[in-house]
Amino acid sequence: MTQPLEFTHLTSWLDTTLRAALPEFWALLIEFVLVAVVLLAAYAVIALILIYAERKITAFFQARYGPNRVGKWGLLQSLADMIKILLKEIVKINRSDRFLFFAAPFFMIVASMATFGGIPFGKGLHAVDFNIGVLYVMAVSSVGIIGVLLAGWSSNNKYSMIGAMRSGAQFVSYELSAGFALMTIVVLAGTMQFSELIEGQRFCWNIFNGHISSIIAFVIYLISGHAETNRGPFDLPEAESELTAGYHTEYSGLQFGFYYLAEYLNMFIIASIATTVFLGGYLPIQVQGWDGFNGIMGLIPSYLWFFAKTAVLIFLSLWVRWSFPRLRIDQLLNLEWKYLLPINLVNLLVMVILVLTGLTLKDLFGII
Amino acid sequence: MAQQIIFYVLAVIITVFSILAVTSKQIIRSATYLLFVLLGTAGLYLLLGYNYLFAVQIAVYAGGIMVLFIFAILLTNKPGENVKTELPIRRIVAGLTSLAGLAFCGHIIYWNVKKISVLTEMADITPQQLGRMMMGTDKYQYLLPFEMISILLLACIVGAIMVARKR
Repeated sequence: MTQPLEFTHLTSWLDTTLRAALPEFWALLIEFVLVAVVLLAAYAVIALILIYAERKITAFFQARYGPNRVGKWGLLQSLADMIKILLKEIVKINRSDRFLFFAAPFFMIVASMATFGGIPFGKGLHAVDFNIGVLYVMAVSSVGIIGVLLAGWSSNNKYSMIGAMRSGAQFVSYELSAGFALMTIVVLAGTMQFSELIEGQRFCWNIFNGHISSIIAFVIYLISGHAETNRGPFDLPEAESELTAGYHTEYSGLQFGFYYLAEYLNMFIIASIATTVFLGGYLPIQVQGWDGFNGIMGLIPSYLWFFAKTAVLIFLSLWVRWSFPRLRIDQLLNLEWKYLLPINLVNLLVMVILVLTGLTLKDLFGII
Repeated sequence: MAQQIIFYVLAVIITVFSILAVTSKQIIRSATYLLFVLLGTAGLYLLLGYNYLFAVQIAVYAGGIMVLFIFAILLTNKPGENVKTELPIRRIVAGLTSLAGLAFCGHIIYWNVKKISVLTEMADITPQQLGRMMMGTDKYQYLLPFEMISILLLACIVGAIMVARKR
């Protein structure tokens, strides 16, 4: 089936032209640089769109207009904010560790960027397809917390410090749950490679395939992913009423921008990993046997499917954020260590039993 | 060629930051430099094509142990103050100990490298193979050591709880 709107045509054309014109080394070098530039640009653009969407949706939840002065419907608001943040002075803090203070935002943004690079956005829009994809994403995203801890310490400010400690405790605990939830699906799919994970979900998404177990894992992943990004009811590290702004209180200009960007992109990354692992990634909705329906759905390009599914999850995350009051720190840690983690461990065992006894939907109904 | 360039860059990073990690007077900076060393090592694994080892190195060392290190340092008294220089006798003992460690490790590495002399190709090892290796009971498989380590970790956790409960 030809799909005229896919990016695979463009990328394969580029590859063949470059290889025809240049020796392999230079062709590869140019491609690597291009991939990096495209990823960085996508990172920034997605952040801008997310900030605008978040402000509009927040306004909708709070029954107000949101940004509506810059451009039509306030569309240029986040662009204006970006220019403002680029022009701001970077303030130097007295009696603080200069080197760590400047290094900290980079940890955050590099970890976020490296995770972003591992996501499959569509057919042929996957920068690197490790055979350990899920593990890679989990590993690289865990480095970001070091940026938060160092920022909190090197700011020479007790509010930053408390915020950073809270953030550290929260991130380390909830990362465990997120990892276990993903492991449950790895058990189901039998692979950690993103391309194989997606291909295996062609007619039956993982969330349906493992029914009970998958749905529990999905909910746990969304909760712990939400907590990892320091948002919603879990935003203790930056609780405005107690800590001014938490670990990034002392940052200004672009350095603050890095934290801001990384926070929004982490939300996107959590949603897109959930999409890829549970909801069939960039594959269209397809039903085995309904060839006409599948053909029509297949005409919509894969990246649109990916972004649509991700957008639904992001909306869910915002919905949660503006619906629940902030938790106390003891409630937060109780939720993780006394409820989510035990449920998760049992859930993993249930999934192993489901797979071994052939009770997954694919086995029951003979779906490929 | 590209591989060699990347290797040298990583090697320089690892060497420079290892030296900085031990010479730095502030303990939190030492921890940060150590983090760069660990990330550089992860880069070497990636260069060799050991993807799994790369991810584990980052998840366990950079994302796990270093976070705990920094956490522990932040919870101690004054992490930003310069560490006082130790007495000369202690420095001599420390120097001797590290020399002994260097000699021991160097000996092992030298003999093993001489024995193999060619790095075995294992770039295409899949997680499935690795899992069978870890969980298998055949020859050259690792179920027993794997379980031993889990018992050791359990003992550590119980011990930590005991220490924490004493107060």
